[in-house]
Amino acid sequence: MSYVWTLGEQFEGKLRGVSFELLARGKKLAEELDTKVCSLILGHNISDEDLEELIQRGADEVYFVDDPRLADFQNETYSNVISDLINQYHPHIVLAAATTIGRVVMPYVAIKVNTGLTADCTQLEIQPETKLLLQTRPAIGGNIMATIKTPDHMPQMATVRPKSSRPLDKDPSRSGKIQRIVLKDELVDTRAKVIEFRTDDAGFVNIEEADVVVAGGKGLKQAANVKLVEDLAKQLDGVVGASRQAIDRGWLSYPHQVGLSGKTISATLLLTAGISGSIQYLAGIKTCENIVAINNDPEANIFGVSDFGIVGDLFEVLPLLTQKLAQAKK
Amino acid sequence: MNIIVLVKQVPETSNVKMDPETGTMIREGLETIINPLDLYAIEAALRLKEQHGGKVTAISMGPPAAMKALRETMAMGVDEAALVSDRKFGGADTWATSYTLGQAIKEMGEFDIIMAGERATDGDTGQVGPGLGAWLNLPVVSYVAHIKEVTKDSITCDRLMEEGYQVVKAPFPVVITTVKEIAEPRLPTLRGNKRARQTEIPVYSTENMTVDVGSLGLKGSPTKVVKIETPKVTRSGTLLKANSEETIESAVDQLIEWLKERELV
Ligand SMILES: Cc1cc2nc3c(=O)[nH]c(=O)nc-3n(C[C@H](O)[C@H](O)[C@H](O)COP(=O)(O)OP(=O)(O)OC[C@H]3O[C@@H](n4cnc5c(N)ncnc54)[C@H](O)[C@@H]3O)c2cc1C
Ligand SMILES: Cc1cc2nc3c(=O)[nH]c(=O)nc-3n(C[C@H](O)[C@H](O)[C@H](O)COP(=O)(O)OP(=O)(O)OC[C@H]3O[C@@H](n4cnc5c(N)ncnc54)[C@H](O)[C@@H]3O)c2cc1C
Repeated sequence: MSYVWTLGEQFEGKLRGVSFELLARGKKLAEELDTKVCSLILGHNISDEDLEELIQRGADEVYFVDDPRLADFQNETYSNVISDLINQYHPHIVLAAATTIGRVVMPYVAIKVNTGLTADCTQLEIQPETKLLLQTRPAIGGNIMATIKTPDHMPQMATVRPKSSRPLDKDPSRSGKIQRIVLKDELVDTRAKVIEFRTDDAGFVNIEEADVVVAGGKGLKQAANVKLVEDLAKQLDGVVGASRQAIDRGWLSYPHQVGLSGKTISATLLLTAGISGSIQYLAGIKTCENIVAINNDPEANIFGVSDFGIVGDLFEVLPLLTQKLAQAKK
Repeated sequence: MNIIVLVKQVPETSNVKMDPETGTMIREGLETIINPLDLYAIEAALRLKEQHGGKVTAISMGPPAAMKALRETMAMGVDEAALVSDRKFGGADTWATSYTLGQAIKEMGEFDIIMAGERATDGDTGQVGPGLGAWLNLPVVSYVAHIKEVTKDSITCDRLMEEGYQVVKAPFPVVITTVKEIAEPRLPTLRGNKRARQTEIPVYSTENMTVDVGSLGLKGSPTKVVKIETPKVTRSGTLLKANSEETIESAVDQLIEWLKERELV
């Protein structure tokens, strides 16, 4: 079967948004190759409604491996299951999200099924002459774009940057097959065990998958002023990000950090305040769609990559912006 | 406790200049450094050794010049180092890199933990650590932010995920990849520097390790880079001055208009 597979993801039984983003990519490729796109899900207690949504958003078929031992992500068991299915069904393309799941399980699977893997792609196309998958990805902190192909191995595998594509709208008229697959005991690897899951603070953020990020840096001057970015983030239904300077000063916890040694984000709107725009910070924001910068230094690097910049004092601009947005809402 | 740390030598891109004409990075004359994200793995390994005894060995695959990175790890306190180097290894993708590193590690004897950085700042894939785990058939715990407990035969870590921390307990031997939160890297010491200069670093090549020659380097790599482009990163955005009461007010109003036009609010 020369199908295109997308590896959906679930957290605590709910499908994650990337599952649908991948389907949008997969469907386009499948159409060009005149084949089907299938969504593979590993987990437990996923509702029929969720599985149905995969069909409505592009899947021709859904394979759901349902078992309590797959409820939490465990790399080795997940890899065994995915490798086993690949060896059984021989898809031509396997896409996963470049998340903390996809970026581990896919390289593991690639070795097990003896093929290549392209990381963190932002563009995927079929090369007309060869029908091969052209996989384009940012490297060296987003300063170059490399196009990669896997000419002699199957499947062709790639991880795809979250938020780099939009899910398709729900189409209730679509129909497709949902196949439940039983987990084979011999695929369960019990060496590494997941003991628990926790978030350390109430403010734990998933900045990689947020639509709107409001980020603050050293220009905030002290911890108390983080409130300025928090208030604005709240108005914009966004989450708070930060430069490393703000993290290393202890103003915010590490999961908020954007950049080379933090997270890469692809927000629809990124608003940064009091951040100079160092090369390491920029490495994390290159694929954001709209960038707004507020900085009192007209020469700040950040303005070179912004779509809208305000040269001004963040202590004046942020509160006014928050206030006006609140008024506009009423 | 025997710990192997994977170290990659990368071009120093932090002081890189951008070409104002093309908006692309100027790559000439860049120095090489230890992949900055490997420093966290090195630090975590050194701390484990200090608390539990044992030995830390750094291993790097690269050209002979990668010796410099290995000596720097020794200056930080790493006990031993090994270079994996051969013309035939050149141009390897992550499949071939992790294969070759795995074969070298098999020559090196018993170990409890292999530590890797989250990503290298040039190739930027984050695939070598997990790939190596697959070659050696070991459990992989990635994105480790804290080490919570170590016993004589297991390690318990916090793994940073999108929604929070997954607490994972894994038996030795295990592959761990680290994030910045794990530890603040120490600086090299004078004594360490001296020891680093005086120590002989062994080299593994096709001469003294068992490898399938077809699985090496560019030839053995399933992925092929077909094109490299340097995108223009500059954006020509609106830039407004806000330095008086009116200009601030007007800038904020224009921003809100702009956001509305794009349906961002
Ligand atoms: C290996 C390595 C990895 C790194 N990884 C990261 C990373 O992941 N993320 C990251 O961010 N950095 C990273 N850095 C650090 C990076 O080099 C910079 O030091 C950092 O990004 C600067 O943070 P900043 O912009 O908040 O601070 P600064 O560069 O000090 O900038 C503060 C800005 O605030 C402005 N400002 C001050 N007061 C006001 C005001 N009242 N109103 C408006 N603007 C004001 C100033 O004009 C200035 O532009 C890394 C560095 C290295 C070497
Ligand atoms: C522009 C570009 C794009 C590329 N894209 C891909 C791709 O999509 N898929 C692919 O398979 N290959 C790709 N490659 C090849 C890849 O960069 C090399 O295989 C490289 O040797 C290792 O990958 P990395 O830099 O991504 O390391 P990462 O996997 O990001 O490194 C993770 C960790 O592994 C360890 N490590 C990595 N390399 C070494 C080493 N040589 N010696 C010791 N430890 C090491 C370090 O601890 C490091 O922190 C690309 C290369 C370039 C130049």
